[in-house]
Amino acid sequence: MSAKWAYSLSAVIIVAILISFSMDAVRTTSVLSFSLRYAVPLILAAMVGIVCERSGIINIGIEGQMLMSAFAGFFGAALTGSLIAGAMIGVGTGMIMGAFLATGAVTWKMDQIIAGTVINILATGLTSFFYAQGYVLPGNTPTVSIPFLADLPLVGPVFFDNGMFTYAAIIIALVLWVLLFKTVWGLRTRSVGEKPSASDTSGIGVERTRFWNVTFAGALAGLAGAYLSLEAAGTFERGFTAGRGFTALAIMIFGAWNPIGALAAALFFGLTQGVASQLQADAVVDIPPQFVNMLPYILTIVLLAAVSGRIKPPASVGKPYEKD
Amino acid sequence: MATTDPAQTDLGFTDPDPRRSGPLDRLPAIAIPVISVLLAFAIGGLLIWLQGVNPFRAYYVLFSSALGTPEGLLRVMEKSTPLILTGLAVTVGLRTGLFNIGAQGQLLVGAIGAAWAGYHFQLPMVVHLPFAIVFGMLCGAAWASIAGALRAYRHVSEVITTIMLNSIAIALVDYLASRPFKEPDQPISRTPLVADSATLPFFGPIPSGFILALLVAIFFGWFLVRTTQGFRFNTVGLNPSAARYAGIPVKGTILLAMAVSGGLAGLGGAVETLGITGRFEPAFNAGLGFDGITIALLARANPIATIPAALLVGTLRSGAATLQFQTGIEPEVVDVILAITLLFVSAPIVARLLFRKRNVKQTTVTSGWGS
Repeated sequence: MSAKWAYSLSAVIIVAILISFSMDAVRTTSVLSFSLRYAVPLILAAMVGIVCERSGIINIGIEGQMLMSAFAGFFGAALTGSLIAGAMIGVGTGMIMGAFLATGAVTWKMDQIIAGTVINILATGLTSFFYAQGYVLPGNTPTVSIPFLADLPLVGPVFFDNGMFTYAAIIIALVLWVLLFKTVWGLRTRSVGEKPSASDTSGIGVERTRFWNVTFAGALAGLAGAYLSLEAAGTFERGFTAGRGFTALAIMIFGAWNPIGALAAALFFGLTQGVASQLQADAVVDIPPQFVNMLPYILTIVLLAAVSGRIKPPASVGKPYEKD
Repeated sequence: MATTDPAQTDLGFTDPDPRRSGPLDRLPAIAIPVISVLLAFAIGGLLIWLQGVNPFRAYYVLFSSALGTPEGLLRVMEKSTPLILTGLAVTVGLRTGLFNIGAQGQLLVGAIGAAWAGYHFQLPMVVHLPFAIVFGMLCGAAWASIAGALRAYRHVSEVITTIMLNSIAIALVDYLASRPFKEPDQPISRTPLVADSATLPFFGPIPSGFILALLVAIFFGWFLVRTTQGFRFNTVGLNPSAARYAGIPVKGTILLAMAVSGGLAGLGGAVETLGITGRFEPAFNAGLGFDGITIALLARANPIATIPAALLVGTLRSGAATLQFQTGIEPEVVDVILAITLLFVSAPIVARLLFRKRNVKQTTVTSGWGS
């Protein structure tokens, strides 16, 4: 999306939120909190996509990576009796799934879309196969209020009174922007995604960089999965991720493969979902719930068609690197 | 090639290396899938054993319940029918360089379209049955054409749009079955039963839908290799730039291939509704389209080979219900087996072990499928 467009849209949205806040403060706050919670896994999953594609690897298996991590995080926490252990098991599982994709797509040079599809089917199968009822989490994840900031009107309760995962998602997006555009690692990552032959000539290990980036991106998918089962829902069900991993790919594209752009896009997605749910709950308009569920996907397609051609993916994404 | 192909998406889903194209050796083409399936069964057996069930008994229960009785065989045929068609749907896409992940959504739309055409009209059978089938097919084709048009004219990756269209289709058919098309005075969301005049008959013990699916597979085996349009599909899939030089309308071919692909998936849904379930209910049809991806890749995008691949998946799926009933093993063990099969078929592991070649041709989604 062109920057001018994005700024105008953001300005309109902020004005609309302020007007809405002056009319009904309680409801506006609750809609915005809902929107942020909805956006958290999308932010994290979009970061997975950005790290992978900036390194030249398509990750269509984010959905499966999240599902496995949500599963492992939930049962890890339930069996060990510790939420922290559960979160670590979830993140670790995500990293293992990342390494799985890296092995297939980088080491074996498998078709990257098939490698991701394998992860998605495998995750559906394994999490359903080993699913068992009757487990509960040892407790709720605590919310942390940031002193002073949490007392601000509107932004306080929305942004500064959340669980750890929510803060982590926003901080990770900002840090990742710095890492990608201001550090040596970022330069190397972007170069193996754009022109791996040039990186190779200048002494960057193309396959090694891709392998580790995809693996560590898996840890972020693990964090997203752990958020879903440990903080957002406090439980695990079959097919729990409900397509969020795929929506994240679209968010990555709107964000033009830029962490801050994707953060904004994910918040925008959350907001549309929050507003639609509230309109429905208030029975302002009689929208069948199915149409509310459709909304993010329709929006994705419309926006993709609108922005196509104006933003470019990393040039070498999807192509295994082979030395000449 | 990325710079010369306008159909190339701007979304990061680029075509793999064209150098990998070339005919498959016959031996690996058969041996690799067979050995991959056997290895996947071994790993599935390990999972079953971990659950405390003898894997040999489990597989015996699975296969004997599916293949050992007339009712079991009928169920396998019924299960395989939509699978052959969704496998073909994915195959036609792959041959044209398109990865249609949306067979599931197209199948759902086709299934509810056929259900509506089947219950809403009262017509003589010679008109009604073909009309309902074709209507379901057209619904699937129209649904896929959204992704086809966006790919051809707006360069939007069909991988992403078909995934999104799957989610939209799930919500859409759920809405249709719970409001406008709902059977009156029923607590559950489902359409009324289709009329007898729109129900697929049996040929002796064999459901006519199964025969239809076999004929369609054979037709596409001929169509993709022997006709001009089939040649265009293949050429656009193998090398879009060469196709353009040869005067093939690349954009129109992409749109047409996507519509044909969606029509096949829609046909799968129509046959399922008109031949097996008799009505549309949102809980039916789950996963049929995704199995189509596995089937097409297992068959290496060869239309005739989708028949045995779909029969295998159909056997596993129909035996899994009895497996759960008799041993308590979750039916999703089939998904695990299929995912591992897909991994072995597309990764070079088996090929390297078997043939000791460094550069065995790998499965790629969008180029060089050999024919």
